[in-house]
Amino acid sequence: MSFPWSKEYKPSHPLMVWFDERLPLPRLIYNAVGGGYEVPRNLNYFWNFGFLAGLCLVIQIVSGVILAMHYGGDTSVAFNSTEHIMRDVNWGWMLRYGHANGAAAFFAVVYLHIFRGFYYGSYKAPREMIWLSGVVIFLLMMATAFMGYVLPWGQMSYWAAQVITGLFSAFPLIGDPLKEWLLGGFAPGNATLNRFFSLHFLLPFVILGVVILHIWSLHIPGSSNPTGVEVKSKSDTVPFYPYYVGKDGWTIGLLMIVYSVFLFYMPNALGDPENYIPANPMQTPAHIVPEWYFWPFYAILRSFTQDLLFFEARLLGVLAMFAAILVWFFLPWLDKSPVRSASYRPLYRKFFWVLVIDVLILGYLGKLPAEQPYVLVSQLATMYYFLHFLVIVPIVSSIERPDPLPFSITESVLGHDGAAKLTKD
Amino acid sequence: MIRIFSILVGLFFTVALAWSLLWDTVQLSKDGLPTSAALEFGKAHDLKPLKLASDGPFGKFDKKQLKRGFEVYAGVCASCHSLQQVAYRSLVYAGLTEKEVKELAAKATINAKDPLTGEMKDRPGLTADKFPPVVFAGTGTPPDLSLITKARKGGAAYIYSLLIGYETSQPAELVKKFPDAKTPEGMFYNPYFANLNIAMAPPLASDDLVTYSDGTKATKDQMAQDVSAFLVWAAEPELEQRHQTGAWWILFLIFATTLAYMSYRNIWAEKKGH
Repeated sequence: MSFPWSKEYKPSHPLMVWFDERLPLPRLIYNAVGGGYEVPRNLNYFWNFGFLAGLCLVIQIVSGVILAMHYGGDTSVAFNSTEHIMRDVNWGWMLRYGHANGAAAFFAVVYLHIFRGFYYGSYKAPREMIWLSGVVIFLLMMATAFMGYVLPWGQMSYWAAQVITGLFSAFPLIGDPLKEWLLGGFAPGNATLNRFFSLHFLLPFVILGVVILHIWSLHIPGSSNPTGVEVKSKSDTVPFYPYYVGKDGWTIGLLMIVYSVFLFYMPNALGDPENYIPANPMQTPAHIVPEWYFWPFYAILRSFTQDLLFFEARLLGVLAMFAAILVWFFLPWLDKSPVRSASYRPLYRKFFWVLVIDVLILGYLGKLPAEQPYVLVSQLATMYYFLHFLVIVPIVSSIERPDPLPFSITESVLGHDGAAKLTKD
Repeated sequence: MIRIFSILVGLFFTVALAWSLLWDTVQLSKDGLPTSAALEFGKAHDLKPLKLASDGPFGKFDKKQLKRGFEVYAGVCASCHSLQQVAYRSLVYAGLTEKEVKELAAKATINAKDPLTGEMKDRPGLTADKFPPVVFAGTGTPPDLSLITKARKGGAAYIYSLLIGYETSQPAELVKKFPDAKTPEGMFYNPYFANLNIAMAPPLASDDLVTYSDGTKATKDQMAQDVSAFLVWAAEPELEQRHQTGAWWILFLIFATTLAYMSYRNIWAEKKGH
């Protein structure tokens, strides 16, 4: 946000003056991620994950574009071309393992980013647009990751395509034609693989576009902060460069270390062994499971086992799975509490932690086969998931008595005396 | 308004789930927890321990063992199982000499396009060729082994356990409790296999099925270990390069991250107010 004390871009080099007058790109960068963007001084490390998610997107696009140079998008060669990349392309194994584990890193970072939003009420006015575009990014990520997983055309690729497109057939009347339209046939085949490859290449650039909207809308009100109190004076903020470039910068190293340990030392730890078997439409794997980042939603899907009124059980599961993410769109209007940060919301804070545990349980159950007693537990966990967002959050936000907020960001960092000293400067 | 609507939607899902929960609980109280012969008698989660030189972050291949493992593959497995992702040329990284690889490739018959006529024709193999498909006439479909250690839970330890884990007869309780799981005629009982009964006859039924060129005594256990080691190489020929690159890269990252952390501390030194 441009506060009255935000610095203006003043190029010193004549070349940059010339450039900036004709195309103010340097000015845009300076105001977006340079000295011109004033940021609350009290951000904790949970505010790093947005920047890190951007880094993951870049890793995925770069590694993905190079992989596409060696991959063959045809059912007769897809599996073998993936092995060709692993064995014959110079450093191909690093690209492919990097891309597969990069997707996992991207989701891990984005989940932390989203839960940061839940805890600190980042979705609240005036930041609704940031939140909405963020949910759109997450949905696009899910679609992209799913289609990318189909590309190696292993057993799990094929059956994931079968199961996920099969979900659409649960809708009455339009279901079956819709499924066939999505697949380009009655079962996953070459038409499916080709369109998934095409869309898997396209969607990351759509994500990039929405990321730009996401950051643009962030820069209107400026970043939120752990107190949830708006910026009031110059002493509340520091310029993005060098302060947050430095703080985000060193955590890039941390993320890269964790990511590299996976890439180089356990590249297949997060994947399913089944996907190293070529796709075989005649043989269904014993347990069809998605990658870990879809497990909570997969558990929600499978916890509806009985028809209710004119709703088929399968349709209920599909509706619930989509609703599990769609409810996030309504969160800014469901949570009416004027206090943003859960640090000052004792009741909401408790429910937030229940939600965290609930989603972890759902994730664990999503990996397991749909058998008892797991289904019973996932039914209870799914119940809490929907009650949390649709019932508890609206009610808690009306009845809760929040703790007193600090007067300002500066006061929360330095205490009363420090604030007094700083405002004099 | 939106909140009343949301509460109604939330209650709808809750009712639907409670309904499913109720029925499933009734069903569960009638049927009890699901069980199967594989769940109760399978050993897939309790594999025999296998130590390979390629294990761990600094693991490298034991070339001598890879060569022995290849000899087991060629002498025993290759009659039913193909290795179609592996090229003959790459065997020089598995302990074979260039001369041996050339001879080996020349012995293979490859069906390929004749460059002169464009017809598909059989010709002797070249080192650039990959292992050809294997025609199998018996029951079952022996899987290609190129990726087998990555395609099975437990990897090399699973292969090793499976190869020497055959048991001559099923436990009596198993047959009593799960009559359907009785080993069918022509199949074999192996508690490490997913559904306990496997079509593959014990491939390493006796010692000395192969004669190792390095003179090692070919016991059953030795052959099973060696071929498991070879199959790890076949599935992950990049393993050594991956381990080494990773070590240097992560060392560099630790160094760079330390510098970045120090500069972060430096930048924020006066801002933190201490």
